[in-house]
Amino acid sequence: MSWKFDNSFPIYLQIIERIKLLIASEKWKPGEKIDPVRELAFQIGVNPNTVQRALSELEREGLIYSVRTSGRFVTENTALIKKTREKIAEEKIRDFFEFLFDLGYSSEDIDSILSAKINEFKRGE
Amino acid sequence: MQELIKFTDVKKSYGSTVALSNINLAIEQGKIIGLLGPNGSGKTTLIKLANGLLQPTEGTVLINGYLPGIQTKKIISYLPENTYLNDWMRVGDIIEFFKDFYSDFNQEKSFDMLRSLGIDKNNKLKTLSKGTKEKLQLVLVMSRNSQLYLLDEPIGGVDPAARDYILNTIIANYNENSTVVISTHLISDVEKVLDEIIFLSKGEITLQGSVDNIRQQHGKSIDELFREVFKC
Repeated sequence: MSWKFDNSFPIYLQIIERIKLLIASEKWKPGEKIDPVRELAFQIGVNPNTVQRALSELEREGLIYSVRTSGRFVTENTALIKKTREKIAEEKIRDFFEFLFDLGYSSEDIDSILSAKINEFKRGE
Repeated sequence: MQELIKFTDVKKSYGSTVALSNINLAIEQGKIIGLLGPNGSGKTTLIKLANGLLQPTEGTVLINGYLPGIQTKKIISYLPENTYLNDWMRVGDIIEFFKDFYSDFNQEKSFDMLRSLGIDKNNKLKTLSKGTKEKLQLVLVMSRNSQLYLLDEPIGGVDPAARDYILNTIIANYNENSTVVISTHLISDVEKVLDEIIFLSKGEITLQGSVDNIRQQHGKSIDELFREVFKC
């Protein structure tokens, strides 16, 4: 199953974003082994060198580490995973507010909509 | 890294018609390269120069350090733009033929690919559709463990599902030692598998570089850029 990409934007950057999401949401668990580049490239449906470039960048950021001869793993640094998660959420929230402000909502409007809607979107807790 | 393909000041003319000029090119191992350009821009000529089917009018072509010849044919797997297979043969016969002909031919792999593409080994070529023949030809080419794959319009005649399969085959087949050159004008289909592109226009290279860098620089897809550069 290959991933969808926006071709007008570097693909390795899009892969980085997607993998960050997988790590932040712990769909890729801390310490979990990552598939080899070739296999990952095949799953994603892109060139292996592109995947390599994305993984190197993630490695530089510390979200992934490699062990000689045994491959690459997701970081076990839970503080870093948490920070990544917060950063992603913050970006989304900023986009959300900017969008609503552009649409003409005031902060008061948004506040009341949010408190009204939060129950509707609550997931089975 | 070793240069697998090296063109130095290459010019090719057919009589008074210049097909390629000022071609300087160095392609490394381990890359998937898109050779992109409108009809008549010189894509096929460039590929034929690389595999020795044409001789340059000026300049030199080196493949892995050798002039195109017996040495280089061993390491090049070439998919021509048109079919050359004998109509009276069966699919299985052709596989045998290729196995005899090329020591690097992987029969197991070819059978796997035929199965995935739903091509029956017992069928006669005469009974195959044009698209199926193209698929078969690609199976033959990709079943060799070559260092250099030169694919002239590999996906032009096949349906979108088979296109995806073919592109996946190219990715799955990838290794650091081999390079794949794909000439095509179906850019949006191939751009996600490419490392680098070469834009050819009227026989000259007008743009060359890493796909992601070009996307970043121009803020658009290779397909959009192509449409802009080659606007009619």
